[in-house]
Amino acid sequence: MAVIRDVMPAFELFQPASTADALNLLDRYGADAWIFAGGLDSFDWLKDRIKRPRYVVDLGGIAELKGIRARDGGLEIGAMTTLTEVVSHPIVRDRYAILTEAAEAAASPQIRNQGTIGGNLSQDTRCWYYRAGWSCYRAGGNICYADTPESINREHAILEADRCVAVNPSDTAPALIVLGASMVIRGSSGKRVIPAENYFVGPGTDITRMTALQPGELLTAIRVPGDWAGSNFYWEKVRDRQVWDFALVSVASAMTLSGTTIQNIRLVINGVAARPLRLATVEQYVKGKPRNESTAAAAGDMAVEGAQPLRFNAYKVPLMRNLVKRAIRGVEEWTTS
Amino acid sequence: MDYFLTWGHSPWGQQILTHVSWNLLWAALFAGVAFLVAHASYMVLSAHRKRHPAETDAMEAARPDLPARIPRHSGVARAFHWVMAASMLTLLSTAFLPIAGVKFAWVQWHWMAGLVLTTSILFHVIHASVWLDFWSIWVGPKDIPELRAEILRELGHDVPGPKPGKYPLGNRLYHLALVVVGLSVIASGLTMMVRVRTPLFPRNPYLLSDSTWGFLYVTHGMAGVALVGLVIAHVYFAVRPEKWWITKAMILGWITRRQYLEHHDPDRWVVADPGSRIPDPAQQ
Repeated sequence: MAVIRDVMPAFELFQPASTADALNLLDRYGADAWIFAGGLDSFDWLKDRIKRPRYVVDLGGIAELKGIRARDGGLEIGAMTTLTEVVSHPIVRDRYAILTEAAEAAASPQIRNQGTIGGNLSQDTRCWYYRAGWSCYRAGGNICYADTPESINREHAILEADRCVAVNPSDTAPALIVLGASMVIRGSSGKRVIPAENYFVGPGTDITRMTALQPGELLTAIRVPGDWAGSNFYWEKVRDRQVWDFALVSVASAMTLSGTTIQNIRLVINGVAARPLRLATVEQYVKGKPRNESTAAAAGDMAVEGAQPLRFNAYKVPLMRNLVKRAIRGVEEWTTS
Repeated sequence: MDYFLTWGHSPWGQQILTHVSWNLLWAALFAGVAFLVAHASYMVLSAHRKRHPAETDAMEAARPDLPARIPRHSGVARAFHWVMAASMLTLLSTAFLPIAGVKFAWVQWHWMAGLVLTTSILFHVIHASVWLDFWSIWVGPKDIPELRAEILRELGHDVPGPKPGKYPLGNRLYHLALVVVGLSVIASGLTMMVRVRTPLFPRNPYLLSDSTWGFLYVTHGMAGVALVGLVIAHVYFAVRPEKWWITKAMILGWITRRQYLEHHDPDRWVVADPGSRIPDPAQQ
């Protein structure tokens, strides 16, 4: 089977200048329209000729979707704001350092210059069986090629697999969930604002989508409240190489302490399921407990309960356990002593 | 063809069946509702024959030996019916609500309801074979005179032809359709469980070839959308005023002597065991 990987199939390109125009186009063309943000995920799909949209709506010319603004004691980040702008924004750096770290961990400087935060959040999974264009569950078929006895599935899910075992590749998603962010979604029928953790959906709920976006809808902004600004953050991304790579597993946490006691915490892990998982049970367990090795170890064990590794990804279980452990206890005291 | 079936490609580039087209769901819904409207209109406007109460009075007077309440469905049979109904509604909801846009994690609820349905059907087959009049629900060439009489009665003619035994012809035809569709959906569904994670057995998506899996998925889908139409028809007839006595019997287990004589042929449905008769509360 010949594969053409350079020339994109023909499509009709629209470059609206306002969100309203973009929404009109998305409403008109529905599922036939492809939303184009930074283009980095899109170009893969289009050049590989796996996705063949008839209409492409390029959001690059919509000024109102760009920039970072103060709002209600927090921030509102336009979905078309580049990752570089997020990384270099002084308030983000000062108050939401975890988002800086997460955005800075994405890909390479060139990609961060072009890639947007909305695109990073909404990008499709990297499962190569799916991206090769085979008729898997996620592509509307009736099989998961990554979950068979012979599959090469080192990067795939250990939790919440439901027919499909793909994982979410976003770096900024766990950080934004930890920060209690909300996603502003607009469609022809109006605007809705949903918590970041509900923006991502697993295959049990919708096997062909990774987000709550429906055809005709657009992620326009991310609202980050001030609730967790300046708290104790932990972010770590484990990957095969240290630049330009997706996470094997990543962890994000925000914590408030009273002395050495954990007062409040939000803890999210990504790369282990089709959506970033907020570990609410672990959060509940560690609240009120001392921040120490014992609490962290118990939290790590609790986090991996129910994990079902595939043939080649059993390493993700101890990796996730240890990342959770490090997120709870921190690493400075233990690595410097 | 895409209106009926969806196709994909195997890793070797072969075109393979994947599903029925979900257009068929809307077609089944439309067909079910259209039938409902057509039948209801016919019942309102037509001259189908209604028995005069005096005729039934005379029949009742001629059979004072019959009890006031005739047992129609045993407690076990009713329990089976309602368990099957609950599992069927769960199966249809979990299968089709996500397609209609109501998103939730449906797979495990679906296969668990499928196992309940399968178990209840197995129980029903054994129960009906050993303890019930197995042949009373089936249709065959012997029923052609009854079919002819029923059609003529529906068209307003007064014909003396045979009346039903325990189950009206419509019930038996519905049961036959349900057997064909139900067994198809169960056989394909149980096989498809090999593809999803359950605690019952290891997954094996390569148990069958891609094309055989495609055939099974299409069979399951076709049977599923057919069940949508069949369930609409069933619920419609269950709530129709002139059929309510049958529905009530599936709740209470019995029908009145008058209903028995009015709708059934006592020679084809013999109330054989006086000891099993339900006492008339008015005489207690």
